[in-house]
Amino acid sequence: MSKESILTAIRRGLKRGPLPGDQAAMLRGRLAQHPRHLIPARSQLAHAEQVALFVRNVEKEFGSVARVADLASVPGAVADYLGAQNLPSRAVMAPHPELRAIPWAERPLLDIREGRAEGSDAVSIQHGFAGIAETGTLMLPSSPERPVTLNLLADTEIVVLRASAVTGAYEEGWDRVRTEIGAMPRNVMFITGPSRSADIEQTLELGAHGPRRLHVVLVDDIQ
Amino acid sequence: MHIATSPAFKDNAHAALANAGLQKALARSGPSFIARRAAAVAGLPEFETLRDTARDIKNHALANLDFYLEAYEAKVLESGGKVHWCADAEEARQAVLAICQAAGAKTVTKGKSMIGEEIAINDHLEQHGITPVETDLGEYIIQLRHELPSHIIAPAFHLNLEDWEDTFRKAHTDLPADRQFTERRDVLIEARTKLRSKFLAADVGITGANFLIAETGSSVIVTNEGNGDLTQTLPRVHIVLASIEKCVPTLEDATSLLRVLARSATGQDFSVYTTFSTGVRRAGDLDGPEEYHVVLIDNGRSAMLGTDFQEMLRCIRCAACMNHCPVYGAVGGHAYGWVYPGPMGSVLTPGLIGVDKAGHLPNASTFCGKCDSVCPVRIPLPKLMRHWREREFERHLSPAGQRTNLAIWAFFARRPGLYRLATRAAAFGMGLLGRKKGRFAKMPMAGGWTGGRDLPAPEGDTFFQRYAKAQRSGIGA
Repeated sequence: MSKESILTAIRRGLKRGPLPGDQAAMLRGRLAQHPRHLIPARSQLAHAEQVALFVRNVEKEFGSVARVADLASVPGAVADYLGAQNLPSRAVMAPHPELRAIPWAERPLLDIREGRAEGSDAVSIQHGFAGIAETGTLMLPSSPERPVTLNLLADTEIVVLRASAVTGAYEEGWDRVRTEIGAMPRNVMFITGPSRSADIEQTLELGAHGPRRLHVVLVDDIQ
Repeated sequence: MHIATSPAFKDNAHAALANAGLQKALARSGPSFIARRAAAVAGLPEFETLRDTARDIKNHALANLDFYLEAYEAKVLESGGKVHWCADAEEARQAVLAICQAAGAKTVTKGKSMIGEEIAINDHLEQHGITPVETDLGEYIIQLRHELPSHIIAPAFHLNLEDWEDTFRKAHTDLPADRQFTERRDVLIEARTKLRSKFLAADVGITGANFLIAETGSSVIVTNEGNGDLTQTLPRVHIVLASIEKCVPTLEDATSLLRVLARSATGQDFSVYTTFSTGVRRAGDLDGPEEYHVVLIDNGRSAMLGTDFQEMLRCIRCAACMNHCPVYGAVGGHAYGWVYPGPMGSVLTPGLIGVDKAGHLPNASTFCGKCDSVCPVRIPLPKLMRHWREREFERHLSPAGQRTNLAIWAFFARRPGLYRLATRAAAFGMGLLGRKKGRFAKMPMAGGWTGGRDLPAPEGDTFFQRYAKAQRSGIGA
C-alpha cells in the first residue's frame, strides 16, 4: 500500500517517527482554531466604506454594479440592465428563498425559470452570499438553493447581493460560512469579475469559458 | 513519460536564440509580466510581510506533512470522496485510468495541471482509448500542436497570433476555410465555441490543485477562464491530481497564500475564479460531481524532505521566478527540455529526473538573484542551484575542461597572495593588450564567451587595489 510507504518516506525525510501525542494534539488544536494571519489594512473600514470599496473593485475588474434601495426594486434593475445590454429578458434563477420572495411578477416581460443552468441559458440570476471588499470578490457557497452552474454556463451572470453581506476580508467570509452554514459546502467559489484569458500573446481578452458579463445588483438593506 | 531534452540544453538554447517567432513572443510578453507584478505589489503595503507569512505557513505544513495528509484524507472520506496514494508517476497513471475505465469514460475534460504534465497523463489515457481534452486556452493549443507548455502559468507563452490562426485552421477543419482571424478575440470565440460542447459531453473532469486543505478536505483551483470550474462541475466524476506538498492546514492558511499567489503570478489582486471543492454532490444539490477522487502523488517529493532541497517544496507555482529570469527571457521555456522551466525548474527538474540528465539547468543561471527577490514563499533559488552544481561536481558529471579550470582557480583561491598577484598581472597584461579597442573579439580559453559577444578589456587596477585605495582615501570608511 503506497499510503504507508509515502508516510514512512516523509517521516524518514523529517528524521522522526509519527508525531508524539502532545504534538499531534497541538496541531489538532491549530486546525480547530484555524488562526488568522495578517489581514491587509485596506479593507478594515467602516461598513459604508467597505461597500464603496467593494463596488470600486468590482468595476476595476470589469464587472458592473447597480445599487437599488430594496428587494422590490430588483426586477426593475434586472430588466433595465438586460435592456441596456440588448440581451433577451429570459433568465434562469437560483431557487433561493430570498430571490423567490422578490416580486418578479411586477415585471411580466421578464421570463424567469428556477433551477440550475444548462448550456443554452444566456442569463443567470444568482444569490450572493458575501461580497469581499478587499478585491471586489463575490463569495458563492454551493447549496440546493445556490447551484454552481449558474456561475459558469450563462453568458451573463447577475448576482443579487445585500449590502449587509459585504465584508472586508476573505476571512470574514469564512467565519460566516462556519457560523451560518456549518459544514464546508461542496463548492465555494470566489468570483472576481467576468471570465477572461491572457493566453493569446499575454494580452487580456474578456469572455473565455465562463460568463462574459458579471453584474451585481446591490440591495441597500441597511438604513 | 515525456522524453526530457534537458541534456541538450545548450543546443536547445542556441536554437531558441535563433528562433524568430519565439524571440518575438519573449520580447512582447516578458516585460508585461514584470510590470503587472510590480503594480500589484505596490498596491499592497503588507506584501513583504505576507511573503514571510506564506513561507512560514508552508514550512509548518512541510514539517508536519504526514499529520496533515492523514487529517486531509479523513476529511475527504467524510465528504464522500476518495484519496488514491501514489508513490510515483506510473501508479498515478494507473489510478487515473482505473477511475476513468470504471466510469466508462470516452472523453475526459482537463483543467490545467502541471503534475498532469509531469506524469504525462494525456498520453496514457489516449493509449487506452480515452480522449483527453485540455480546456485551458493555452493548454488547448499546446495539445493541438503536440508540444509541452513553455511556461507554468502561460503554456502558450512562445506563440504568436499567426501560430494560433495556423493551428486552429489545421485542427478545426469543420469550420469555413474563409473565416477571418483579424484579432485575438476571434481566436478566443472559436475556442470557446469548440470547447463548450466538450465540457457538456465529458464523462470525467480532471483538474490539478493549487492547495489541499487538511481542515476541510478541500482542493483549491484558481483560473481566469472558468475552464477548471466547468471541468470539475459538469462531468459525473471529478478527479483531482495533486502532489503531496500542496497540503496546507486551514482555510485561513490557504487564504493567506492566495493573497501572494495571483499578485506574484499575473499581477492580479485575485484570480477571477478561486474555487474550493469538497467531496461529492450533496443531498438536494442540482449540480456537481457524484464521484470525487484525489490522486495524491509523491513522485520524488518525500525524497527532497530533510535535504538541501526541502525549501523547494514550498513552491506554489506562480512563475514569478521565470518571469523575472534573464535566462528564461532569452531562451524561453522549451529549451529547459522538460515540464518545469526557469529557475524553479532548474532546481526541481534535477530532483525529479536526475542531475545526470538535468545538470545543465542549474548552470543556466547568472545568479543575478532576481528570482530569489520575487519568490512569494522566499525560496533561495540561486542557493539551491548552487547545491546542484556542487553535487554535479562531486559526482564528476561536469566536463573535464570545466573541472580542470575550476581546479586551477581553486589552487589560487586557496593562496590569496598568489591570487592577487596573478589577477594583478592578468589585469595589467590584458589592459595593455586591449588598450586600443577596449575589448577583445577573441580570447584563448574563453571562446564560449567571445563566441557571442566581446570581452571588455580590464581598465587598470584590480578590485582589491581599488578597494585599498578607497580605504586609504576614506571613501570606503
